[in-house]
Amino acid sequence: MKKLVFIISLAIVAISCGEKKDQKSELTGAISIDGSGTVFPVSEAVAEEFLKVEPKVRVTVGESGTGGGFKKFGTGVTDISAASRDIKGKEIELCEKNGIEYLQLTVALDGITVVVNKNNTWAKTMTTEELKKLWEPNSSVAKWSDIRAEWPNEDINLYGPNTSHGTYDFFTEVIMGESGASRTDYNAVADYNIVVQGIEKDVNALGYFGLSYYEENKDKLSVVGIDNGAGAVIPSIETVASNEYAPLSRSLFIFVNKKSAQRPEVETFINFYLDNAPQLSKEVGYVPMLQSGYDAQKAAFSKVLVKK
Amino acid sequence: MNNFQKNKLIDHSFKILGMLFTFLGILILAILIYNIVKVGYTRINWTFLTSLPSRKPENAGIYTAIIGTLDLMLLTVLFAIPVGVGAGIYLEEYAKKSKLSSLLEINISNLAGVPSIIYGLLGLGVFVRFFNFGGSILSGSLTLSLLILPIIIVATREAIKAVPHSLKEASFALGASKWQTIKNVVLPSSFGGILTGIILSLSRAIGETAPLIVVGAMAYVPFVPQSIFDTFSVLPMQIFNWTTRPQQGFAIAAAGAIIVLLLITFVMNGIAVYFRNRWQKKLQ
Repeated sequence: MKKLVFIISLAIVAISCGEKKDQKSELTGAISIDGSGTVFPVSEAVAEEFLKVEPKVRVTVGESGTGGGFKKFGTGVTDISAASRDIKGKEIELCEKNGIEYLQLTVALDGITVVVNKNNTWAKTMTTEELKKLWEPNSSVAKWSDIRAEWPNEDINLYGPNTSHGTYDFFTEVIMGESGASRTDYNAVADYNIVVQGIEKDVNALGYFGLSYYEENKDKLSVVGIDNGAGAVIPSIETVASNEYAPLSRSLFIFVNKKSAQRPEVETFINFYLDNAPQLSKEVGYVPMLQSGYDAQKAAFSKVLVKK
Repeated sequence: MNNFQKNKLIDHSFKILGMLFTFLGILILAILIYNIVKVGYTRINWTFLTSLPSRKPENAGIYTAIIGTLDLMLLTVLFAIPVGVGAGIYLEEYAKKSKLSSLLEINISNLAGVPSIIYGLLGLGVFVRFFNFGGSILSGSLTLSLLILPIIIVATREAIKAVPHSLKEASFALGASKWQTIKNVVLPSSFGGILTGIILSLSRAIGETAPLIVVGAMAYVPFVPQSIFDTFSVLPMQIFNWTTRPQQGFAIAAAGAIIVLLLITFVMNGIAVYFRNRWQKKLQ
Protein backbone atom coordinates (compact mmCIF):
# COMPACT_ATOMS: atom_id res chain seq x y z
CA MET A 1 0.00 0.00 0.00
CA LYS A 2 2.77 2.37 1.01
CA LYS A 3 4.56 1.58 -2.19
CA LEU A 4 1.46 2.34 -4.21
CA VAL A 5 1.02 5.71 -2.50
CA PHE A 6 4.66 6.43 -3.19
CA ILE A 7 4.36 5.56 -6.87
CA ILE A 8 1.21 7.64 -7.27
CA SER A 9 2.76 10.63 -5.57
CA LEU A 10 5.83 10.23 -7.78
CA ALA A 11 3.61 10.18 -10.81
CA ILE A 12 1.81 13.32 -9.65
CA VAL A 13 5.12 15.07 -9.10
CA ALA A 14 6.32 13.96 -12.52
CA ILE A 15 3.12 15.17 -14.21
CA SER A 16 3.14 18.50 -12.40
CA CYS A 17 6.80 18.99 -13.33
CA GLY A 18 5.91 18.28 -16.93
CA GLU A 19 3.11 20.84 -16.83
CA LYS A 20 5.39 23.48 -15.46
CA LYS A 21 7.79 22.97 -18.30
CA ASP A 22 5.05 23.39 -20.84
CA GLN A 23 3.65 26.54 -19.30
CA LYS A 24 6.83 28.49 -18.75
CA SER A 25 9.09 29.93 -21.37
CA GLU A 26 12.23 28.08 -20.42
CA LEU A 27 15.25 30.07 -19.39
CA THR A 28 18.74 29.18 -20.51
CA GLY A 29 22.21 30.38 -19.62
CA ALA A 30 24.75 29.83 -16.89
CA ILE A 31 25.10 31.29 -13.40
CA SER A 32 28.36 30.97 -11.53
CA ILE A 33 28.48 31.26 -7.76
CA ASP A 34 31.62 31.06 -5.64
CA GLY A 35 32.79 32.14 -2.21
CA SER A 36 32.25 31.16 1.39
CA GLY A 37 32.23 27.48 2.28
CA THR A 38 29.85 28.37 5.13
CA VAL A 39 27.20 29.68 2.75
CA PHE A 40 27.84 26.85 0.25
CA PRO A 41 25.17 24.46 1.61
CA VAL A 42 22.47 27.15 1.24
CA SER A 43 23.46 27.99 -2.35
CA GLU A 44 23.77 24.30 -3.18
CA ALA A 45 20.26 23.65 -1.84
CA VAL A 46 18.81 26.58 -3.80
CA ALA A 47 20.63 25.53 -6.98
CA GLU A 48 19.36 21.98 -6.53
CA GLU A 49 15.74 23.13 -6.27
CA PHE A 50 16.17 25.69 -9.06
CA LEU A 51 17.33 22.92 -11.38
CA LYS A 52 13.93 21.28 -10.99
CA VAL A 53 12.13 24.45 -12.09
CA GLU A 54 14.56 25.69 -14.74
CA PRO A 55 16.49 22.63 -15.91
CA LYS A 56 18.25 24.48 -18.71
CA VAL A 57 19.96 27.07 -16.53
CA ARG A 58 23.35 25.78 -15.48
CA VAL A 59 24.10 26.88 -11.95
CA THR A 60 27.52 26.00 -10.53
CA VAL A 61 28.57 26.59 -6.95
CA GLY A 62 32.18 26.70 -5.73
CA GLU A 63 33.65 27.10 -2.27
CA SER A 64 36.98 28.84 -2.55
CA GLY A 65 36.29 30.84 0.64
CA THR A 66 34.88 34.32 1.21
CA GLY A 67 38.17 35.99 0.26
CA GLY A 68 38.87 33.71 -2.69
CA GLY A 69 35.33 34.25 -3.91
CA PHE A 70 35.69 38.05 -3.87
CA LYS A 71 38.89 37.80 -5.91
CA LYS A 72 36.90 36.14 -8.70
CA PHE A 73 33.83 38.34 -8.19
CA GLY A 74 35.93 41.51 -8.30
CA THR A 75 37.37 40.56 -11.67
CA GLY A 76 33.98 39.71 -13.13
CA VAL A 77 34.51 35.95 -13.28
CA THR A 78 31.48 35.07 -11.14
CA ASP A 79 27.94 36.45 -11.04
CA ILE A 80 27.33 35.86 -7.36
CA SER A 81 29.79 35.72 -4.45
CA ALA A 82 28.84 34.18 -1.12
CA ALA A 83 30.33 35.66 2.05
CA SER A 84 30.17 34.95 5.76
CA ARG A 85 31.38 38.49 6.58
CA ASP A 86 31.21 41.98 5.11
CA ILE A 87 33.22 42.91 2.06
CA LYS A 88 36.62 44.41 3.00
CA GLY A 89 38.28 47.63 1.79
CA LYS A 90 40.68 45.92 -0.59
CA GLU A 91 37.91 43.84 -2.10
CA ILE A 92 35.77 46.94 -2.63
CA GLU A 93 38.74 48.57 -4.39
CA LEU A 94 39.09 45.58 -6.67
CA CYS A 95 35.42 45.80 -7.64
CA GLU A 96 35.70 49.54 -8.27
CA LYS A 97 38.82 49.10 -10.35
CA ASN A 98 37.01 46.66 -12.63
CA GLY A 99 33.78 48.66 -12.69
CA ILE A 100 31.76 46.03 -10.86
CA GLU A 101 28.71 47.26 -8.98
CA TYR A 102 27.13 44.88 -6.54
CA LEU A 103 24.20 44.40 -4.22
CA GLN A 104 24.62 42.75 -0.83
CA LEU A 105 21.76 40.47 0.23
CA THR A 106 21.35 38.62 3.52
CA VAL A 107 20.16 35.07 2.96
CA ALA A 108 20.40 33.43 6.39
CA LEU A 109 21.69 33.82 9.94
CA ASP A 110 24.14 31.78 11.98
CA GLY A 111 25.25 31.80 15.59
CA ILE A 112 28.87 31.21 16.49
CA THR A 113 28.64 28.57 19.18
CA VAL A 114 31.15 27.95 21.97
CA VAL A 115 31.26 24.28 22.92
CA VAL A 116 32.93 22.10 25.56
CA ASN A 117 33.14 18.41 26.40
CA LYS A 118 30.01 16.58 27.54
CA ASN A 119 31.64 15.84 30.92
CA ASN A 120 32.62 19.44 31.51
CA THR A 121 30.54 20.25 34.60
CA TRP A 122 31.80 23.76 35.26
CA ALA A 123 31.71 25.89 32.10
CA LYS A 124 27.98 26.35 31.61
CA THR A 125 28.18 30.05 30.83
CA MET A 126 30.90 32.53 29.96
CA THR A 127 30.88 36.28 29.61
CA THR A 128 32.20 37.99 26.49
CA GLU A 129 35.00 39.47 28.67
CA GLU A 130 36.05 35.96 29.65
CA LEU A 131 36.03 34.90 26.02
CA LYS A 132 38.20 37.90 25.18
CA LYS A 133 40.62 37.11 27.99
CA LEU A 134 40.81 33.52 26.78
CA TRP A 135 41.25 34.15 23.03
CA GLU A 136 43.08 37.50 22.84
CA PRO A 137 46.60 37.60 21.37
CA ASN A 138 49.26 36.58 23.92
CA SER A 139 46.51 35.53 26.30
CA SER A 140 47.70 34.70 29.81
CA VAL A 141 45.06 31.99 30.19
CA ALA A 142 46.63 28.53 30.26
CA LYS A 143 44.38 26.77 32.76
CA TRP A 144 40.65 26.79 33.37
CA SER A 145 41.29 28.39 36.78
CA ASP A 146 42.84 31.38 35.00
CA ILE A 147 39.37 32.25 33.72
CA ARG A 148 37.47 31.74 36.96
CA ALA A 149 39.26 30.84 40.18
CA GLU A 150 36.68 28.17 41.11
CA TRP A 151 37.19 26.27 37.83
CA PRO A 152 39.63 23.31 37.77
CA ASN A 153 43.35 23.84 37.87
CA GLU A 154 43.73 21.98 34.55
CA ASP A 155 45.25 22.93 31.20
CA ILE A 156 42.66 24.27 28.78
CA ASN A 157 42.93 22.90 25.23
CA LEU A 158 41.57 25.17 22.53
CA TYR A 159 40.15 24.37 19.10
CA GLY A 160 39.04 26.82 16.43
CA PRO A 161 38.97 27.52 12.71
CA ASN A 162 42.15 28.55 10.94
CA THR A 163 42.67 32.01 9.50
CA SER A 164 41.11 31.19 6.13
CA HIS A 165 37.63 30.95 7.65
CA GLY A 166 35.13 33.80 7.75
CA THR A 167 34.10 32.37 11.13
CA TYR A 168 37.56 33.23 12.46
CA ASP A 169 37.35 36.79 11.11
CA PHE A 170 33.91 37.27 12.61
CA PHE A 171 34.67 35.81 16.04
CA THR A 172 37.87 37.82 16.47
CA GLU A 173 36.18 41.00 15.24
CA VAL A 174 33.28 40.68 17.67
CA ILE A 175 35.12 39.38 20.72
CA MET A 176 38.51 41.10 20.41
CA GLY A 177 37.26 44.16 18.53
CA GLU A 178 39.75 43.58 15.74
CA SER A 179 39.40 41.16 12.87
CA GLY A 180 42.16 38.55 12.95
CA ALA A 181 43.34 39.33 16.49
CA SER A 182 43.62 35.96 18.20
CA ARG A 183 46.00 33.92 20.26
CA THR A 184 47.84 31.51 17.98
CA ASP A 185 48.58 28.61 20.34
CA TYR A 186 45.34 26.72 19.64
CA ASN A 187 44.48 23.83 17.32
CA ALA A 188 43.61 25.75 14.16
CA VAL A 189 41.72 23.50 11.77
CA ALA A 190 40.28 23.69 8.28
CA ASP A 191 37.53 21.18 8.99
CA TYR A 192 35.07 21.76 11.84
CA ASN A 193 34.45 18.05 12.26
CA ILE A 194 38.00 17.90 13.65
CA VAL A 195 36.92 20.39 16.32
CA VAL A 196 33.98 18.12 17.15
CA GLN A 197 36.24 15.08 17.45
CA GLY A 198 38.87 16.94 19.48
CA ILE A 199 36.40 18.26 22.03
CA GLU A 200 34.46 15.02 22.22
CA LYS A 201 37.58 13.21 23.46
CA ASP A 202 39.01 15.83 25.82
CA VAL A 203 37.23 16.98 28.98
CA ASN A 204 39.42 20.10 29.15
CA ALA A 205 38.80 21.25 25.58
CA LEU A 206 36.90 24.29 24.34
CA GLY A 207 36.21 25.44 20.80
CA TYR A 208 33.92 27.49 18.60
CA PHE A 209 32.15 27.07 15.24
CA GLY A 210 28.84 27.63 13.44
CA LEU A 211 25.61 26.55 15.13
CA SER A 212 24.88 23.71 12.69
CA TYR A 213 27.94 21.77 13.86
CA TYR A 214 26.57 21.86 17.40
CA GLU A 215 23.01 21.02 16.32
CA GLU A 216 24.28 17.92 14.50
CA ASN A 217 26.43 16.82 17.45
CA LYS A 218 24.25 17.68 20.45
CA ASP A 219 24.74 14.21 21.90
CA LYS A 220 28.53 14.58 21.89
CA LEU A 221 29.09 18.19 23.01
CA SER A 222 27.85 20.72 25.54
CA VAL A 223 27.08 24.30 24.63
CA VAL A 224 28.27 27.32 26.60
CA GLY A 225 25.76 30.12 27.20
CA ILE A 226 27.18 33.54 26.33
CA ASP A 227 26.62 36.44 28.69
CA ASN A 228 26.92 39.88 27.15
CA GLY A 229 25.89 41.74 30.30
CA ALA A 230 22.19 40.86 30.12
CA GLY A 231 22.36 37.27 31.34
CA ALA A 232 23.59 34.14 29.60
CA VAL A 233 21.89 33.14 26.35
CA ILE A 234 22.14 29.69 24.75
CA PRO A 235 22.37 29.82 20.94
CA SER A 236 19.39 28.28 19.19
CA ILE A 237 17.29 28.91 16.10
CA GLU A 238 15.04 31.21 18.15
CA THR A 239 17.70 33.21 19.98
CA VAL A 240 19.75 33.73 16.81
CA ALA A 241 16.73 34.80 14.74
CA SER A 242 15.69 37.33 17.39
CA ASN A 243 19.32 38.49 17.79
CA GLU A 244 18.96 37.77 21.50
CA TYR A 245 22.12 35.70 21.13
CA ALA A 246 24.37 38.71 20.83
CA PRO A 247 27.03 39.51 19.89
CA LEU A 248 27.85 36.17 18.26
CA SER A 249 24.94 36.05 15.79
CA ARG A 250 25.99 36.79 12.25
CA SER A 251 24.50 37.16 8.80
CA LEU A 252 25.36 35.11 5.74
CA PHE A 253 25.42 37.10 2.52
CA ILE A 254 25.39 36.78 -1.20
CA PHE A 255 26.80 39.60 -3.30
CA VAL A 256 25.15 39.96 -6.70
CA ASN A 257 26.84 41.60 -9.66
CA LYS A 258 24.32 44.28 -10.73
CA LYS A 259 25.14 43.81 -14.39
CA SER A 260 24.60 40.05 -14.16
CA ALA A 261 21.31 40.67 -12.34
CA GLN A 262 19.84 42.17 -15.54
CA ARG A 263 20.07 38.74 -17.21
CA PRO A 264 16.65 37.07 -16.91
CA GLU A 265 18.04 33.78 -15.58
CA VAL A 266 19.99 35.56 -12.81
CA GLU A 267 17.00 37.72 -11.90
CA THR A 268 14.78 34.66 -11.64
CA PHE A 269 17.41 32.77 -9.68
CA ILE A 270 17.89 35.53 -7.08
CA ASN A 271 14.15 35.86 -6.52
CA PHE A 272 13.94 32.09 -6.24
CA TYR A 273 16.84 32.19 -3.78
CA LEU A 274 15.13 34.73 -1.52
CA ASP A 275 11.77 32.96 -1.75
CA ASN A 276 13.20 29.60 -0.75
CA ALA A 277 16.00 30.65 1.62
CA PRO A 278 13.76 30.55 4.74
CA GLN A 279 12.95 26.87 4.20
CA LEU A 280 16.24 25.72 2.66
CA SER A 281 18.61 27.52 5.05
CA LYS A 282 16.84 25.80 7.92
CA GLU A 283 17.14 22.45 6.19
CA VAL A 284 20.92 22.71 5.87
CA GLY A 285 21.39 23.85 9.48
CA TYR A 286 21.19 27.63 9.47
CA VAL A 287 18.74 30.08 10.94
CA PRO A 288 16.29 31.86 8.64
CA MET A 289 15.55 35.56 9.10
CA LEU A 290 12.01 36.66 9.87
CA GLN A 291 9.89 36.92 6.72
CA SER A 292 10.04 40.72 6.90
CA GLY A 293 13.82 40.43 6.50
CA TYR A 294 13.45 38.49 3.26
CA ASP A 295 10.81 40.92 2.00
CA ALA A 296 13.28 43.75 2.55
CA GLN A 297 15.95 41.87 0.57
CA LYS A 298 13.54 41.29 -2.30
CA ALA A 299 12.55 44.95 -2.33
CA ALA A 300 16.21 45.97 -2.44
CA PHE A 301 16.82 43.58 -5.30
CA SER A 302 13.84 44.80 -7.34
CA LYS A 303 15.25 48.35 -7.16
CA VAL A 304 18.43 47.17 -8.85
CA LEU A 305 16.33 45.89 -11.73
CA VAL A 306 14.30 49.07 -12.14
CA LYS A 307 17.51 51.00 -12.72
CA LYS A 308 17.81 49.31 -16.11
CA MET B 1 78.62 -17.18 21.48
CA ASN B 2 81.15 -17.02 18.70
CA ASN B 3 81.30 -14.47 15.92
CA PHE B 4 79.40 -16.63 13.49
CA GLN B 5 76.44 -17.11 15.80
CA LYS B 6 76.43 -13.43 16.67
CA ASN B 7 76.32 -12.39 13.02
CA LYS B 8 73.59 -14.90 12.36
CA LEU B 9 71.52 -13.50 15.22
CA ILE B 10 71.92 -9.93 13.97
CA ASP B 11 71.05 -11.08 10.49
CA HIS B 12 67.92 -12.79 11.73
CA SER B 13 66.79 -9.84 13.89
CA PHE B 14 67.20 -7.50 10.96
CA LYS B 15 65.08 -9.76 8.80
CA ILE B 16 62.28 -9.74 11.36
CA LEU B 17 62.55 -5.96 11.79
CA GLY B 18 62.34 -5.48 8.04
CA MET B 19 59.35 -7.76 7.88
CA LEU B 20 57.60 -5.82 10.64
CA PHE B 21 58.12 -2.54 8.78
CA THR B 22 56.83 -4.07 5.58
CA PHE B 23 53.68 -5.30 7.26
CA LEU B 24 53.23 -1.94 8.99
CA GLY B 25 52.56 -0.35 5.62
CA ILE B 26 50.10 -3.04 4.63
CA LEU B 27 48.46 -2.91 8.05
CA ILE B 28 47.87 0.83 7.82
CA LEU B 29 46.40 0.46 4.34
CA ALA B 30 44.19 -2.38 5.59
CA ILE B 31 42.91 -0.33 8.54
CA LEU B 32 42.22 2.59 6.24
CA ILE B 33 40.32 0.49 3.74
CA TYR B 34 38.45 -1.38 6.48
CA ASN B 35 37.33 1.86 8.13
CA ILE B 36 36.15 3.40 4.88
CA VAL B 37 34.43 0.32 3.56
CA LYS B 38 32.71 -0.26 6.91
CA VAL B 39 31.19 3.23 6.76
CA GLY B 40 30.69 3.65 3.06
CA TYR B 41 29.68 0.33 1.54
CA THR B 42 25.99 0.95 2.24
CA ARG B 43 26.04 3.90 -0.14
CA ILE B 44 27.61 2.09 -3.08
CA ASN B 45 24.84 1.39 -5.56
CA TRP B 46 23.77 2.45 -9.00
CA THR B 47 21.74 5.42 -7.74
CA PHE B 48 24.77 6.80 -5.90
CA LEU B 49 26.83 6.58 -9.07
CA THR B 50 24.22 8.21 -11.29
CA SER B 51 22.77 10.93 -9.01
CA LEU B 52 23.61 14.61 -8.89
CA PRO B 53 25.01 16.22 -5.74
CA SER B 54 22.31 17.19 -3.25
CA ARG B 55 21.81 18.95 0.06
CA LYS B 56 20.20 15.78 1.34
CA PRO B 57 22.97 13.32 2.11
CA GLU B 58 20.80 10.29 1.34
CA ASN B 59 20.02 11.60 -2.17
CA ALA B 60 23.49 12.88 -2.98
CA GLY B 61 25.41 11.15 -5.75
CA ILE B 62 28.68 11.43 -7.57
CA TYR B 63 27.65 11.26 -11.23
CA THR B 64 29.11 14.60 -12.33
CA ALA B 65 32.19 14.14 -10.15
CA ILE B 66 33.00 10.75 -11.72
CA ILE B 67 32.49 12.04 -15.26
CA GLY B 68 34.54 15.13 -14.39
CA THR B 69 37.36 12.99 -13.02
CA LEU B 70 37.38 10.66 -16.05
CA ASP B 71 37.26 13.56 -18.55
CA LEU B 72 40.02 15.33 -16.71
CA MET B 73 42.23 12.23 -16.66
CA LEU B 74 41.66 11.59 -20.36
CA LEU B 75 42.67 15.11 -21.34
CA THR B 76 45.61 15.05 -18.95
CA VAL B 77 46.90 11.87 -20.59
CA LEU B 78 46.48 13.39 -24.05
CA PHE B 79 48.57 16.41 -23.10
CA ALA B 80 51.14 14.77 -20.86
CA ILE B 81 52.11 11.63 -22.82
CA PRO B 82 53.51 13.14 -26.03
CA VAL B 83 55.43 15.84 -24.18
CA GLY B 84 56.64 13.62 -21.36
CA VAL B 85 57.68 10.64 -23.46
CA GLY B 86 59.20 12.91 -26.10
CA ALA B 87 61.29 14.72 -23.51
CA GLY B 88 62.35 11.40 -21.97
CA ILE B 89 63.49 10.03 -25.35
CA TYR B 90 65.38 13.21 -26.14
CA LEU B 91 67.21 13.30 -22.82
CA GLU B 92 68.11 9.61 -22.93
CA GLU B 93 68.90 9.09 -26.60
CA TYR B 94 69.81 12.40 -28.20
CA ALA B 95 71.04 14.85 -25.58
CA LYS B 96 74.82 14.95 -25.32
CA LYS B 97 76.34 14.97 -21.87
CA SER B 98 76.79 18.69 -21.37
CA LYS B 99 76.21 21.35 -18.74
CA LEU B 100 72.87 22.13 -20.35
CA SER B 101 71.61 18.57 -20.18
CA SER B 102 72.65 18.13 -16.55
CA LEU B 103 70.95 21.45 -15.76
CA LEU B 104 67.78 20.10 -17.42
CA GLU B 105 68.04 16.88 -15.45
CA ILE B 106 68.39 18.63 -12.11
CA ASN B 107 65.45 20.89 -12.93
CA ILE B 108 63.19 18.02 -13.89
CA SER B 109 64.02 16.16 -10.70
CA ASN B 110 63.27 19.32 -8.73
CA LEU B 111 59.98 19.82 -10.55
CA ALA B 112 58.90 16.34 -9.48
CA GLY B 113 59.16 17.52 -5.87
CA VAL B 114 57.30 20.83 -6.17
CA PRO B 115 54.11 20.85 -4.05
CA SER B 116 50.97 20.49 -6.15
CA ILE B 117 49.40 23.73 -4.92
CA ILE B 118 52.26 25.61 -6.63
CA TYR B 119 51.25 24.01 -9.92
CA GLY B 120 47.72 25.18 -9.17
CA LEU B 121 48.90 28.77 -8.83
CA LEU B 122 50.90 28.42 -12.04
CA GLY B 123 47.82 27.06 -13.80
CA LEU B 124 45.73 29.95 -12.46
CA GLY B 125 48.21 32.49 -13.76
CA VAL B 126 48.96 30.90 -17.11
CA PHE B 127 45.91 28.93 -18.28
CA VAL B 128 43.01 30.56 -16.42
CA ARG B 129 44.10 34.19 -16.64
CA PHE B 130 46.71 34.60 -19.43
CA PHE B 131 45.24 32.21 -22.00
CA ASN B 132 41.78 33.05 -20.65
CA PHE B 133 40.57 29.43 -20.54
CA GLY B 134 38.73 30.23 -17.29
CA GLY B 135 38.04 27.65 -14.60
CA SER B 136 37.47 25.05 -17.29
CA ILE B 137 38.26 21.39 -17.62
CA LEU B 138 40.93 22.44 -20.13
CA SER B 139 42.75 24.59 -17.56
CA GLY B 140 42.47 21.80 -15.01
CA SER B 141 43.89 19.12 -17.26
CA LEU B 142 46.73 21.32 -18.53
CA THR B 143 47.67 22.07 -14.92
CA LEU B 144 47.62 18.38 -13.99
CA SER B 145 49.68 17.55 -17.10
CA LEU B 146 52.39 19.89 -15.84
CA LEU B 147 52.15 18.23 -12.45
CA ILE B 148 52.76 14.70 -13.76
CA LEU B 149 55.15 15.61 -16.58
CA PRO B 150 58.34 15.22 -14.49
CA ILE B 151 57.19 11.79 -13.28
CA ILE B 152 56.54 10.63 -16.85
CA ILE B 153 59.90 11.97 -18.06
CA VAL B 154 61.78 10.20 -15.28
CA ALA B 155 59.85 6.95 -15.83
CA THR B 156 60.46 7.08 -19.59
CA ARG B 157 64.18 7.59 -19.07
CA GLU B 158 64.42 4.73 -16.61
CA ALA B 159 62.53 2.43 -18.97
CA ILE B 160 64.75 3.34 -21.91
CA LYS B 161 67.86 2.89 -19.78
CA ALA B 162 66.73 -0.65 -19.01
CA VAL B 163 66.69 -1.62 -22.70
CA PRO B 164 69.70 -3.93 -23.24
CA HIS B 165 72.52 -2.32 -25.16
CA SER B 166 72.95 -5.43 -27.26
CA LEU B 167 69.51 -4.92 -28.79
CA LYS B 168 70.29 -1.36 -29.85
CA GLU B 169 73.68 -2.30 -31.19
CA ALA B 170 72.16 -5.12 -33.19
CA SER B 171 69.77 -2.63 -34.74
CA PHE B 172 72.57 -0.21 -35.61
CA ALA B 173 74.61 -3.08 -37.02
CA LEU B 174 71.80 -3.80 -39.43
CA GLY B 175 72.14 -0.26 -40.73
CA ALA B 176 69.14 1.26 -38.97
CA SER B 177 69.19 4.97 -38.28
CA LYS B 178 68.79 6.38 -34.78
CA TRP B 179 65.08 7.11 -35.24
CA GLN B 180 64.49 3.68 -36.76
CA THR B 181 66.21 2.11 -33.78
CA ILE B 182 64.14 4.13 -31.32
CA LYS B 183 60.91 3.39 -33.15
CA ASN B 184 61.48 -0.31 -33.77
CA VAL B 185 63.63 -1.41 -30.86
CA VAL B 186 63.83 1.01 -27.96
CA LEU B 187 60.20 2.09 -27.67
CA PRO B 188 58.62 -1.35 -28.07
CA SER B 189 60.88 -2.90 -25.48
CA SER B 190 60.51 -0.05 -23.00
CA PHE B 191 56.79 0.37 -23.58
CA GLY B 192 55.77 -1.60 -20.50
CA GLY B 193 57.93 0.54 -18.24
CA ILE B 194 56.78 3.79 -19.80
CA LEU B 195 53.15 2.78 -19.49
CA THR B 196 53.63 1.84 -15.85
CA GLY B 197 55.11 5.26 -15.18
CA ILE B 198 52.25 7.01 -16.94
CA ILE B 199 49.57 5.14 -15.05
CA LEU B 200 51.29 5.59 -11.70
CA SER B 201 51.57 9.31 -12.37
CA LEU B 202 47.86 9.38 -13.23
CA SER B 203 47.15 7.67 -9.91
CA ARG B 204 48.76 10.67 -8.30
CA ALA B 205 46.88 13.16 -10.44
CA ILE B 206 43.50 11.57 -9.81
CA GLY B 207 43.69 12.34 -6.09
CA GLU B 208 44.73 15.96 -6.46
CA THR B 209 42.38 18.57 -4.99
CA ALA B 210 44.44 21.61 -4.06
CA PRO B 211 45.60 22.66 -7.56
CA LEU B 212 42.11 22.13 -8.95
CA ILE B 213 40.48 24.30 -6.29
CA VAL B 214 42.91 27.06 -7.20
CA VAL B 215 42.26 26.62 -10.91
CA GLY B 216 38.52 26.77 -10.28
CA ALA B 217 36.94 23.33 -9.95
CA MET B 218 33.47 23.70 -8.46
CA ALA B 219 31.95 21.68 -5.65
CA TYR B 220 28.40 21.72 -7.04
CA VAL B 221 28.11 21.04 -10.76
CA PRO B 222 24.76 19.55 -11.74
CA PHE B 223 25.65 18.81 -15.37
CA VAL B 224 28.16 16.81 -17.35
CA PRO B 225 30.78 18.87 -19.20
CA GLN B 226 29.79 19.31 -22.87
CA SER B 227 33.04 20.87 -24.02
CA ILE B 228 36.55 21.34 -22.72
CA PHE B 229 35.64 24.91 -21.76
CA ASP B 230 32.96 23.85 -19.27
CA THR B 231 33.28 24.07 -15.50
CA PHE B 232 33.72 20.79 -13.75
CA SER B 233 33.90 18.95 -10.46
CA VAL B 234 36.07 15.98 -9.50
CA LEU B 235 35.78 13.20 -6.95
CA PRO B 236 38.38 14.52 -4.46
CA MET B 237 36.59 17.89 -4.52
CA GLN B 238 33.26 16.22 -3.73
CA ILE B 239 34.87 14.16 -0.96
CA PHE B 240 36.51 17.24 0.54
CA ASN B 241 33.20 19.08 0.48
CA TRP B 242 31.30 16.25 2.15
CA THR B 243 33.84 15.62 4.92
CA THR B 244 33.56 19.22 6.08
CA ARG B 245 29.76 19.18 6.35
CA PRO B 246 28.15 18.88 9.79
CA GLN B 247 25.61 16.16 8.91
CA GLN B 248 26.72 12.60 9.60
CA GLY B 249 25.08 11.43 6.38
CA PHE B 250 27.64 13.33 4.32
CA ALA B 251 30.48 11.51 6.08
CA ILE B 252 28.92 8.25 4.85
CA ALA B 253 28.52 9.64 1.34
CA ALA B 254 32.16 10.78 1.45
CA ALA B 255 33.25 7.27 2.45
CA GLY B 256 31.27 5.90 -0.50
CA ALA B 257 32.97 8.34 -2.87
CA ILE B 258 36.36 7.39 -1.42
CA ILE B 259 35.66 3.73 -2.18
CA VAL B 260 34.88 4.63 -5.78
CA LEU B 261 38.02 6.74 -6.07
CA LEU B 262 40.13 3.93 -4.57
CA LEU B 263 38.56 1.43 -6.97
CA ILE B 264 39.42 3.61 -9.97
CA THR B 265 42.99 3.92 -8.69
CA PHE B 266 43.29 0.17 -8.07
CA VAL B 267 41.94 -0.63 -11.52
CA MET B 268 44.44 1.77 -13.08
CA ASN B 269 47.31 0.26 -11.12
CA GLY B 270 46.07 -3.20 -12.06
CA ILE B 271 46.20 -2.28 -15.73
CA ALA B 272 49.74 -1.01 -15.23
CA VAL B 273 50.84 -4.27 -13.65
CA TYR B 274 49.13 -6.30 -16.37
CA PHE B 275 50.85 -4.44 -19.21
CA ARG B 276 54.22 -4.56 -17.51
CA ASN B 277 54.01 -8.32 -17.13
CA ARG B 278 52.77 -8.83 -20.67
CA TRP B 279 55.50 -6.72 -22.20
CA GLN B 280 58.20 -8.33 -20.11
CA LYS B 281 57.12 -11.75 -21.36
CA LYS B 282 57.06 -10.50 -24.93
CA LEU B 283 60.56 -9.10 -24.56
CA GLN B 284 61.91 -12.39 -23.35
